[in-house]
Amino acid sequence: MLKREGTRRGKKRHSRLPLLAQAGPVSLWMILFVTIPMLFIIYISFMTRGTFGGVEYVFSTDSYQTLLDVVYFKVIAKSFQVAVVTTVLCLLVGYPFAYYIARKPPEVASRLIMLIMIPFWTNSLMRLNAWMLLFQANGPVNHALMALGLTAEPIKFIYTDWLVMLGLITNMLPFAVLPMYSSIEKLQKSMLEASADLGAKPSVTFLRVTLPLTFPGIFSAIILTFIPALGIYTVTDMLGGGKVLYIGNIIKNQFGAIRNWPLGAALSVLLLAITALLIFIYMRFAKLEDMEVV
Amino acid sequence: MTKNKRLRRRKAARILSNLYAVLVYSVFYIPVAVMIVFSFNDAKRNYYWQGFTTEWYGKLFSFANTDLWDALLYSLIIAVLATLISVTIGVLGGIGLKKFEFRTKRFINMMIYVPIIVPEIVLAVAMLIIFMTVGIRLGMGTILIGHCTFCIPYAVVTIKGRITGDSETLQEASMDLGANRFQTFWRVTVPSIMPGILSSAFLAFTLSIDDVVMSNMLAGPSQSTLPVLILSLNRTGITPDVNALTTVMVALMVAGMLALNGVQRYLKKRENRLAAEAESKRSSAHAA
Amino acid sequence: MAASIVSLRNVEKWYGNNHVVKDMNLEIEEGEFLTLLGPSGCGKTTTLRMIAGFEDATEGSIEVQGVRVEEKEPFQRDVNTVFQNYSLFPHMTVYDNVAYGPTIRKVPKDEIRRRVTEMLELVQMADYEKRKPEALSGGQKQRIAIARALINNPRVLLLDEPLGALDLKLRKQMQIELKRLQKKLGITFVYVTHDQEEAMTMSDRIAVMRDGVILQMGVPMEIYERPATRFVADFIGESNVLEGRVTGVEEGVLLVETPAGGVRCRGRGFGVGDALCVAIRPEYLRVSREPVAGFSLPATVKDFIYMGALIKTSLDLKNGQEVKLSRLEADPALREGDAVHIWWEAEKAVAIHDDSRVGAVREAAVC
Repeated sequence: MLKREGTRRGKKRHSRLPLLAQAGPVSLWMILFVTIPMLFIIYISFMTRGTFGGVEYVFSTDSYQTLLDVVYFKVIAKSFQVAVVTTVLCLLVGYPFAYYIARKPPEVASRLIMLIMIPFWTNSLMRLNAWMLLFQANGPVNHALMALGLTAEPIKFIYTDWLVMLGLITNMLPFAVLPMYSSIEKLQKSMLEASADLGAKPSVTFLRVTLPLTFPGIFSAIILTFIPALGIYTVTDMLGGGKVLYIGNIIKNQFGAIRNWPLGAALSVLLLAITALLIFIYMRFAKLEDMEVV
Repeated sequence: MTKNKRLRRRKAARILSNLYAVLVYSVFYIPVAVMIVFSFNDAKRNYYWQGFTTEWYGKLFSFANTDLWDALLYSLIIAVLATLISVTIGVLGGIGLKKFEFRTKRFINMMIYVPIIVPEIVLAVAMLIIFMTVGIRLGMGTILIGHCTFCIPYAVVTIKGRITGDSETLQEASMDLGANRFQTFWRVTVPSIMPGILSSAFLAFTLSIDDVVMSNMLAGPSQSTLPVLILSLNRTGITPDVNALTTVMVALMVAGMLALNGVQRYLKKRENRLAAEAESKRSSAHAA
Repeated sequence: MAASIVSLRNVEKWYGNNHVVKDMNLEIEEGEFLTLLGPSGCGKTTTLRMIAGFEDATEGSIEVQGVRVEEKEPFQRDVNTVFQNYSLFPHMTVYDNVAYGPTIRKVPKDEIRRRVTEMLELVQMADYEKRKPEALSGGQKQRIAIARALINNPRVLLLDEPLGALDLKLRKQMQIELKRLQKKLGITFVYVTHDQEEAMTMSDRIAVMRDGVILQMGVPMEIYERPATRFVADFIGESNVLEGRVTGVEEGVLLVETPAGGVRCRGRGFGVGDALCVAIRPEYLRVSREPVAGFSLPATVKDFIYMGALIKTSLDLKNGQEVKLSRLEADPALREGDAVHIWWEAEKAVAIHDDSRVGAVREAAVC
């Protein structure tokens, strides 16, 4: 596992100890609790469902075939649809917002970023619950709409895909804004000036210079919103009332009441595969290390 | 002096963009405001606003709702432990992965990003299967492992971002002056990345205390964390004392953050003042 | 005198409470190479950016080719800029970078190809069109930045310290190339730099700036030989500056009493009793073993510095002030510690205003 540089340069023979002490624990932890579980879940997805739940260690592709079943396929398709809409909206709302912050002086910008983070110290489920309270049939939003004469009957918002999406967007937006902010902030002002100097109108400059140069940030934002949106189940539990089912809920259910581990594993592998695909594309034009995740 | 069209257009754009920012911020702050308002709701369960009362705060601090307090205590213990463990491993790892070259480094670097990017449910389920297959009993230990698994990567990434070319030189300078590796680590390396350590600790704590997925999947039958309790309460309607508790927690975190900011600003000011004094002393000595 | 292609009239620029450009009046002539020279923070880059349209003048008017441009956005102005950090688009190849201007203006494809090729040949970069900027050296990036700015056939090219990031040798080479390019194309160049040698080498005219004010404007020789103020004398080349007071005027020559002794210099507009400075270039100082008729100042030889083509000699005057003298060859008879006399021909020394103290700047600028 270690490069044996010690043997060539005698005096450096002790340099393995600090390496083991520093890089050792994290490597061990990642292998034990990330690599092995990931490999094992792929393995399980190709096993047979146990008669009383759990797994029988016999190879089968049943779970993957089940995924093509109309019921599951519909859920997968809908999850995709919701995740795509959420991601697109996060980008559309988040990009101008990130641009706004990035063009402020650094000390103002860091305060504005802080201002985004503060609401997220509130329990995320309680924030989702607040949307429920606002959009109840007899809640403030419906009251306001009826008072304004925009609707006669209360509109049913709760337990709909729209409310789930609102919850997803408000929970995901910061993860879209932060990477886009940092790539816009890195964009040199002189690039925009050079473009204007050469005769480009602001809209042309945006399309030909700003957008391509901030693309790594945009793609990070896509990864950091699309993938979680695809797998999340708390938002759907809180705002969908258990009536709206997405991939995340189905996976969770396979390890609860229903106990079909291979099916849950197969769905997880599907999510893993999508993640891997997006990361693969990302790594073609940017370094994983440069992705702003914090 | 809006003497020309260009300036007028720019002013209009500025007003519009400010409006837009306020709108986006309000989307972030509206749920928090609603959550706080409903902690004053005079109703058994939060569905509709039924009048103002502060009695829920009184009830909260009479500690009658033991479920709530037990869950909070459980969450806090896990969050503190997860913070300690993940910051320790993450800081060491961040330094190690930056400083050393070894054959599996690329692989470990990739693995670091898995918990950050892969949906949490996938990681939780994968760990659940392993624990059940190996026969590890679910409970605080498994939740803790789960939390650490997604907190460590954030700590590693934060610390790695903090280590620059400078820190390498500083370490060499320290060893050149006779400090051994251990002394160098404590006296030079750790202080130079202290801001990174603090922010990763803060991040780990907030991630852990707010986590639902891992805590739900990897919990034993006996006790659940506060977010998991809230998730189950949601079916029957959340009682306003939960809103009261959440409000108190947010207030404490904001206060803590402001205090930390204040201390940092004070330290910086003092440093600047001392530097200015030293400078003036030096120049007056020079003049004499 | 040629017609003005760019004129700045009473231009003021404020950043908050910071007065960066003060009542600037500047006429830039068609086809000239004008350099704005000054230390950092003197307002030279801000002036350039106001002409380009990246900054708005707080007050005053800017005309390009007789048309007021304050209301025009940068993309509507017929001037182009070469940026300090090159600002090549990193996601485009060299070809796409140079083609950017005509592409934006929807010039036909084959016409673009023709012009890009022509431009790349002009800057001797024809073989590099497929490369990305990251694969170019600093000097190569600079050539591409110039080609990109020239392809739109601007009437005026603005250059903001374009050679600042290059090493000395490449810098010197590019200075000559830029000058040749400007002559060949006949385009007006407005060049910003803090390097006086660079300004001397390339410019038709130099405007020396400090604190948002043009202290002196003229051809390089004029600025070198007849600096208007102490700051200009110090900033352009090396000068020995002696403070003193006028004691008499003889046929256009001023008699000046300095702490080191009485000296002579030329200068207009000074009367008996005026405080001033006498500036004398190191190469005009003469050394003598004996006192010289007219005037001479006793001095002690301090040390010698060998500089390759030149030998510099430092001497201490009787009041302790150090003066420098430069010669192509060392005087073999001179030794450290020798007591000598220094003198100069009166017309080689100039009387200048002392603007080294705060507040004197404006007064000097008016003169």
